[in-house]
Amino acid sequence: MYDSGKIIIGIIIFIALFTFPTWYLFTSGEAAPMPDLVYPENEDQKECVYSAEYMRASHMDLLNEWRDIVVREGKRSFTTTAGKKFEMSMTNTCLGCHSNKAQFCDQCHNYLEVNPYCWDCHVDPSQLESQ
Amino acid sequence: MDVTRRKLLKLAGLGALGLTAGKYAKVFANNAFTETILTEIGTGKRWAMVVDVRKCLVKEDCRDCINACHTTHNVPDLGNPKDEIKWIWKEDFENVFIDQENHYLKENLKDKRIPIFCNHCDNPPCVRVCPTQATWKREEDGIVMMDWHRCIGCRYCVVACPYGSRSFNWQDPRPYIDNIKSEFPTRSKGVVEKCTFCEKRLAEGKQPACVEACKEKALVFGNLNDQNSEVRKLLKENFSLRRKPGLGTEPEIYYLV
Repeated sequence: MYDSGKIIIGIIIFIALFTFPTWYLFTSGEAAPMPDLVYPENEDQKECVYSAEYMRASHMDLLNEWRDIVVREGKRSFTTTAGKKFEMSMTNTCLGCHSNKAQFCDQCHNYLEVNPYCWDCHVDPSQLESQ
Repeated sequence: MDVTRRKLLKLAGLGALGLTAGKYAKVFANNAFTETILTEIGTGKRWAMVVDVRKCLVKEDCRDCINACHTTHNVPDLGNPKDEIKWIWKEDFENVFIDQENHYLKENLKDKRIPIFCNHCDNPPCVRVCPTQATWKREEDGIVMMDWHRCIGCRYCVVACPYGSRSFNWQDPRPYIDNIKSEFPTRSKGVVEKCTFCEKRLAEGKQPACVEACKEKALVFGNLNDQNSEVRKLLKENFSLRRKPGLGTEPEIYYLV
């Protein structure tokens, strides 16, 4: 092999740089900061429309379902398994409790690098106030 | 028993007539027929609007309905006619009713601007052309709806609508909305929008924003399938016009002149 010395050194440098995030974490012992959620403090409404586990995993499916039911079928009322009624509305119902989008929604979305385009159109009321 | 060919044909003819007698009876009993058609279509509501131009023109430069609508629905003001987004707007009477070809227009209508909206047609051409069903006619109340989640911005509907009722967002409208209302979404770039007959307010049991805002009570909203509704009464008592009726779109905004 011609220039084997240069090539091997090059490969070693490449592998070292490529795996940098992994071994840096192991050596420094610091994990990336976890999302720091602020949960709503709402005295009247302690329970979400579904359990926290379900919401954590499937809130996006629920929102898509609500969207279709409201827009396509014109139905707006949602009844939880406990029998409580809610308006199917992200801005008015979800953000009514989870009023701090930056400390709640955005925390995980940023951590996981997902960019839901809900907010291109739907308005975050807390952002309006700060304007 | 002899059955001649002639007798067989006669019997067959009578039999065929007998089988279809029910339908014939419906056709010839004119009232009953209309009634059945009405009940077949009118299982639900049929929202419609009556614009009393005489009342509307009392205050000529009035923009109450437009302002109310546009603030309720976060409609941007881009400041130039090329990019304009409009749910309600005003046009010269001659241009609104281009098929009224009389040379001598009644004096009080000449050069007068009257409000126009989406006509929520019974036979909407925009719905026919939409490739994603982002716009569709609600069977339960006749509203021609928009689903902005589903609009891909192809603008076929803009071309198909003979009334110019549809506006396209060439850019992000948010910076051009003065006072954003959080109860209603804004739109994003690349989406078509138009009047929805305030379907959200109707669901809350309210009248459309423009109807509520009109101080002259020139706009009347109601159910055409209800014989006792105010719109039906107005249409019974007054001569009314619709825009471009010859196209067969069956617009549901009526103008009293």
